[in-house]
Amino acid sequence: MTKTTGVVGRRAFIGGMAAGAAITGFPHIAGAQAKAIRIGLPTILSGRVAILGTSSRAAVQLATQQVNDAGGIAGRRIEIVDRDSKGRPDEAARVTRDLINNDGCEIVIDGEASSGAFAVHEVVRDLGVLCLHTCSETSSLSADPKLFVKTAFRCARQGIHDAVAGGTYASEISKAKGLKKWATCSPDYAYGRDNTAEFVEYVKLFDPQIEVVDQLWPKLFAPDYTESITKMLQVKPQAVYSALWGGDLVAFIEQSNLYRLFANTAFFSGGLGDPPVLSAIKQLPPGLNTAYRYNRNYPANPENTAYADGFVKIAGHESTNWGWQNYLATQFIFEALRRTGGKTDGGALAAEIKGMTVKSGFGVDGNITMRESDHTIINYPVAWGRTVPKAPWVEGFQAVEWAKILELEQQWKKSKGYA
Amino acid sequence: MNLDALAGCVSSSACLVTQISTALIVGMLLFMVTSGLSLIFGVLGIINFAHGAFYMMGAYFALAAYQLTSSFAVAFLAGALGVGLLGIVFERLVMSRVYGTDVLMQLLVCYAMILIADDVVKIVFGPEYKMMGMPDAFALPPIELFGGFIPAYYVFMIGASLLIGLLLWLGINKTRLGKTIRALAINPQMVGALGINTTLLYAGVFGIGSLLAGVAGALAAPTRTLTPGMGVSILIESFIVTVIGGMGSIAGALIAALLIGFARAFGAIGCPLFVDGLMFALMAVVLVVKPSGLLGREPAR
Repeated sequence: MTKTTGVVGRRAFIGGMAAGAAITGFPHIAGAQAKAIRIGLPTILSGRVAILGTSSRAAVQLATQQVNDAGGIAGRRIEIVDRDSKGRPDEAARVTRDLINNDGCEIVIDGEASSGAFAVHEVVRDLGVLCLHTCSETSSLSADPKLFVKTAFRCARQGIHDAVAGGTYASEISKAKGLKKWATCSPDYAYGRDNTAEFVEYVKLFDPQIEVVDQLWPKLFAPDYTESITKMLQVKPQAVYSALWGGDLVAFIEQSNLYRLFANTAFFSGGLGDPPVLSAIKQLPPGLNTAYRYNRNYPANPENTAYADGFVKIAGHESTNWGWQNYLATQFIFEALRRTGGKTDGGALAAEIKGMTVKSGFGVDGNITMRESDHTIINYPVAWGRTVPKAPWVEGFQAVEWAKILELEQQWKKSKGYA
Repeated sequence: MNLDALAGCVSSSACLVTQISTALIVGMLLFMVTSGLSLIFGVLGIINFAHGAFYMMGAYFALAAYQLTSSFAVAFLAGALGVGLLGIVFERLVMSRVYGTDVLMQLLVCYAMILIADDVVKIVFGPEYKMMGMPDAFALPPIELFGGFIPAYYVFMIGASLLIGLLLWLGINKTRLGKTIRALAINPQMVGALGINTTLLYAGVFGIGSLLAGVAGALAAPTRTLTPGMGVSILIESFIVTVIGGMGSIAGALIAALLIGFARAFGAIGCPLFVDGLMFALMAVVLVVKPSGLLGREPAR
């Protein structure tokens, strides 16, 4: 009896274990399958450049809402977890680690400005998750092979592409109008100086007769530009280039208006093309030249219009450059997740994204490619247009051929020792 | 250093007019902020570290009023009076409780005020920058004088600041109330013993000091972008002006603010990469030569 009891007991035990496994294990697996895919978004949500983070978040929320409404990916919903780095690189690194280690994020969309992006880049190197940088325009982040991280990608425009495009566009105007005497007015920090140096290098390459007669470097986030504007009036330049951006650029243009600076001086700006910047300027002078940042009418296609409308519903204002870049980043991530069947391993996702081409309303010909060699996007809109005082604020976009940009980018890489 | 450019500018009437006007624009706005800071320190003996937040509130009050009424006059009054009232409330509810405590406690209280003000602005107006825009009355071509240019709005700004500064000086030096305030700064016990309501006077002085920051904010609003935290940078410059001019001296604040204005305007021509350094260098020289500031009272021995 005891033996029988023991056998029955053993069978009962095994049966019980099987039942237990069925009760606890299968729901666990089902739970794992249904578990949401968490994407971490470290970005700047407070301070003077908060619009960088708020518009990045709005674009990611729009894309996530769309994919979840369509049933998610491989049966899993997408969840976004955002954290405010306050624009500090050390905080950006800390919140990124937190998002991955404590909040269960399996993928990172890095919505940091350049200083924070480099910090996040190193965290990603360490932890090996998939990361798409969506706001840093500093070329070296992806161009410098020493900084290469196999699971990190840049889904943002970059300085060298804009410099070639800006130099090409501006030199055509300078030749046509005889604008030989130039000045620059850019913020005194790494981005301002690098961006200005690259623009000047290429505009002089295409029109060697250009002479830069003065360079002004007001402080980043300076509230008042009067002394720079009046200094500029003294040297009487025919054209001015500025790498000022955001609220600084708004203040500079409003204060320059008081002196009627733009009545006799052509103005070229790398940062004016963001609709929230353009609409914040109460007296936007017509005919200012600006690089494309974002515009609902360019590229003109239904996908771009749908994105623009969707973004406005969430953010309450027109999209920024950071908005479309973040939205595009989600397109790369979602496509990679579809291809891996929802598997979030950094290496597997990176293998899918490198060299990937996605159909996109932002693409010059409807497609944008994540270049395999240096993990950065190409074929996005690189164009310049001229301001008009009312929406859509910028018109007459002139695109620069990507073939030309890529050729000069390659030469630039060689000169820097990157290629 | 580009001394040739500086010499060229000084010898050209056009450059001279434009740069002198720049010095006055920079200097008079700084004077508006600093005079309030100096008044509060001179009478109440406290350093109002939250003064920059009042400047910010003045700009946002003006923006809100302008958006509602499209009237710059209303916007200006809203900025000035709104912040004046806010200053009185802040003094009565908060600052009056830390009179006589050490500077660290006052600093902490003011820092809390700065954080609260920044967050309130963020909640009400949003975290992104705002622009009020130039009122139509001032959207005019710049005035040409000896070949130089001065924007119409800046002429108004300089004039309004000078007028307010003059009224402040007359109020303090030529009126009975001013005499009482000066007495309050020297011997508050005696003023109280004479039956004068010193509590009311303290609140009033703090209110006027804050109002001056509000005036500066309202005057700056049409030309500067408004952001939460915008008061910090002007507060730093105001402290430089206060140190140069002498703590508690309004006349010293005017002289120092104009000195900073001229240093910035002509520094931009002669040594454009050292404009900020020039301000601090000026401060260092004054601290070495006359530690109490140009018109500050020497400490009693």
